[in-house]
Amino acid sequence: MERDLTSRSHHDMGGLEAGHIKPVEHNYELWEKNVDALLVLLTSMSPKLMSVDQLRKGIESLPPDAYEKMSYYERWIFSITQALQYNGVLTTKELSRKLEEVQSRYETEKV
Amino acid sequence: MIPLFQTGNAVRVRKGSPPGHIRTPFYVRGCKGVIERVAGEYRNPEELAFGRFDTPVVPLYRVRFQQQEVWPDYQGSPQDSLDVEIFEFWLEPANPEKT
Repeated sequence: MERDLTSRSHHDMGGLEAGHIKPVEHNYELWEKNVDALLVLLTSMSPKLMSVDQLRKGIESLPPDAYEKMSYYERWIFSITQALQYNGVLTTKELSRKLEEVQSRYETEKV
Repeated sequence: MIPLFQTGNAVRVRKGSPPGHIRTPFYVRGCKGVIERVAGEYRNPEELAFGRFDTPVVPLYRVRFQQQEVWPDYQGSPQDSLDVEIFEFWLEPANPEKT
């Protein structure tokens, strides 16, 4: 089987047909602004807890299907989470417990 | 680190798509261009991407390509060019006479 070792990664789409692009401003949700601020903090602390390059690497590692379906900041928070787990800032257990806590708070407040 | 190339040198971008985090856009790989300027030296993003934050700095260049070299079916002026910032290890010397 022949393998194409010079193939393009999905995210690397410069020059591809993009269709019509509407130049409009985006309105960001509060959680999106939080994600942005979080990355600024994580990458500017000394020593830094992750790099912007790790952010990009994580986003680029998404399968094409997920890359297309997720919004801009959904990709960011996915990648930030992975980098923090990889760098040992967060354990999966801590993350799991916190997610449960937030979920139950949400359920309570909803009622 | 002393830069291998100087302004005006003809270079060719290496081909290849290794797994990892690559900052060199796919569309310029294999293309020939000219060093527009030495753009300083920075830590290698390909290593930073894996959490190695203290590797040595490497020279970065601003490389100028003719649009017709990058896009074979380019419809604009033959004078049009495109500048891309590329790290040294993605570049090799090119003979300016040959295409």
